[in-house]
Amino acid sequence: MATTTALSSAPQAKTPAPAKHRPDKNYRRRQRWGWVFVAPFAAIFLTFLILPLVYAFRMSLFTSTLATGTKFVGADNYLKAFSDPIFLQGLATVAKFALIMIPAQMLIALLAALVLDNLATWASKFSRLMIFVPYAVPVVIGALMWGFLYSPRFGPAGSIFGIFGLAAPEFLAQDSIFGSLVNIVTWQWAGYYMIIIYAALRGIDPGIYEAAVLDGASDRQIAWRIKVPMISSSLVMVVIFALIGTLQFFTEPQVLRGVAQGAIPTSYTPNMYAFSLAFSYSQFNYASAISFALGIVVFVFSFLFLFLTRKQSGLK
Amino acid sequence: MKAKFLASAGIVAATAVVLTGCSGGNGSGGGGDSAAASCTNTIVNAEAPQVTVWAWYPAFNDVVDNFNNSNSDVQICWTNAGQGNDEYTKFSTSIESGSGAPDVIQLESEVLASFTIRDALVDLTEFGANDVKDQYAEGAWEDASSGEAVYAIPVDGGPMGMLYRQDIFDAAGIKVPTTWKEFEAAAQKLKESGNGAVIADFPTNGRAFNQALFAQAGSVPFEYDSVNPQEIGIKVNDQGAKDVLEYWDGLVKKGLVATDDAFTADYNTKLVDGSYAVYLAAAWGPGYLQGLSDADPDAVWRAAPLPQWDAAKPVHVNWGGSTFAVTKQAKDKKLAAKVAMGIFGNKEGMNLGVDKGALFPSYAPVLDSKEFANKKYEFFGGQQINKDVFLKAAAGYQGATFSPFQNYAYDQLTVQLYSMVQGEKDAGKALDDLQASLEQYATEQGFTLK
Repeated sequence: MATTTALSSAPQAKTPAPAKHRPDKNYRRRQRWGWVFVAPFAAIFLTFLILPLVYAFRMSLFTSTLATGTKFVGADNYLKAFSDPIFLQGLATVAKFALIMIPAQMLIALLAALVLDNLATWASKFSRLMIFVPYAVPVVIGALMWGFLYSPRFGPAGSIFGIFGLAAPEFLAQDSIFGSLVNIVTWQWAGYYMIIIYAALRGIDPGIYEAAVLDGASDRQIAWRIKVPMISSSLVMVVIFALIGTLQFFTEPQVLRGVAQGAIPTSYTPNMYAFSLAFSYSQFNYASAISFALGIVVFVFSFLFLFLTRKQSGLK
Repeated sequence: MKAKFLASAGIVAATAVVLTGCSGGNGSGGGGDSAAASCTNTIVNAEAPQVTVWAWYPAFNDVVDNFNNSNSDVQICWTNAGQGNDEYTKFSTSIESGSGAPDVIQLESEVLASFTIRDALVDLTEFGANDVKDQYAEGAWEDASSGEAVYAIPVDGGPMGMLYRQDIFDAAGIKVPTTWKEFEAAAQKLKESGNGAVIADFPTNGRAFNQALFAQAGSVPFEYDSVNPQEIGIKVNDQGAKDVLEYWDGLVKKGLVATDDAFTADYNTKLVDGSYAVYLAAAWGPGYLQGLSDADPDAVWRAAPLPQWDAAKPVHVNWGGSTFAVTKQAKDKKLAAKVAMGIFGNKEGMNLGVDKGALFPSYAPVLDSKEFANKKYEFFGGQQINKDVFLKAAAGYQGATFSPFQNYAYDQLTVQLYSMVQGEKDAGKALDDLQASLEQYATEQGFTLK
């Protein structure tokens, strides 16, 4: 069987073109096999992503209040969402996170990748692994862990600051919670972005560096003038990942809320707002609308960013 | 080739079946025999029909075993679906999806209205609930019913008292305060003693705790009756609440109390390591304290009645307390009602709950028994805390009314209290803002304000 398959498909690979004009038997069979291989994925994709999306969208077109029941309202929920001060406040919060957190992660990831790219000792492999390790920690566990590290009682800050006779900062207070969250996310994701950038750096032809050295370029010049421009498409991709992740910010503040309920209200980010609307206040319809509204915002921002960086990412 | 194709198709189909099988499996909690595999407890009588129960009582396994051993016509299949809000979230989702709810569910009395308005609970009067009415404490029964309807069977209550550290009080020369005025003086004295402890914590996320303190000064935040489910009276900023909150705001500003979040690991440790000299607690508090680690080994705990506003006219309040309700999704509602009434509705079951789970019973035959009143608690140096404190507090409790969106109300209360202790607004403004936000929410949800 195996040999027959190999023989029959070999000539096909050389001449794929005629299939378009006159679908022959072989081509149709291959088509069928393609569908079979795609089917398991397609089934899961449809059941767990597309269908829930359609269902949620349908829900978002209705309204249901505690006292009066369900009725169809069309786009009303969306109009309400985009004029809901709590939702807009949440959007402002994640925008602030995006402005601080994404540059911070990018800078750390890029610097680490550039340094590691230049080193060729065992220390580089070890450091690479160590920087990546936080990404291997599940997000919830990472956030729980940091919750304890920030705790005035169980965390190390008290004893460290105590050595110098200082009072430890309150990481979970209203004024510092923002920085504490930025720190958790950066710790977790910088390593992952570093690996992406590092892989892109390894893909550059070393001959280019040799040419640069012959032309008298210093290490720093090579890094900023040659390496960074050459991996710009990877950088764009990293920013897109970070942007989408940040706008949907949920897990870390939700977990940290367990130890800082005052500083992190239930509507801290748009996703947290949708979550509490649905599962704490049983407003599933409005929660669906909020989720889709957030989806629209994420789409618009991602699209805008890709459009503005179309040169760097090689899309143009 | 054809055989191979069919084989692959078969695999795909099988995968699909397995996948849908998984997703369907979680949803079926309908009380059929198929649920047997997911029970936490062992089923004694395999032939009898089963009733699924969600509950988080401590030592509940023993109570379930007791029930299953003494009933041959019905068996409990118990799952711990999380404590408080965790469980309510799951229940709420299964109400929305129309499947997946248990037959019988543990609910705190404060959330009953939130679920009756969604038509999720069965009125138990037609299954004989009124026949057992006189077996339960009056206030607790009041909390579980609305008008003529009875939506749940009370299990345990939370009359409030004051647990304090005798050793810290003695070292600072403090007498046990009986009024809130004395409480403030004691707090001041403790601060001046330089012991480093504060008298108590005033958590901004105390929710029912904060509300209970307000109620002691006569605050009645909600007027609601499921007979007229679309009408609600909201008065969270009445004079009682304002007086109490101004008092606590004063203590916070003078640095006499802590404002740590409750129910965190930090808070749990501070409760028992001497950071707070007093734990303003419900009757389930002693059980909670004993379960905490890192306790001060030399601690001497005693219990006293909650301080009063007017010592001549003592007012008793309740914090927490839970019930068993039957859900509309229950297949055999009569059987489910039998279970809801029977789990703790007998001396053996309730005694197990009292002895092993440190519950404060609403079931009168145990509540009124000599054994319960005279029970000595080793944790309190042999003090008879029920007789000294909690039974008196429970006897004076008349019941309370909660809103049908209590979770939202509590979340907003936390927002306002946090803002107050951050110094952004005073007590009066915090409660006025709370009132405004709840009125707006109620209107949005289609209620008419009384």
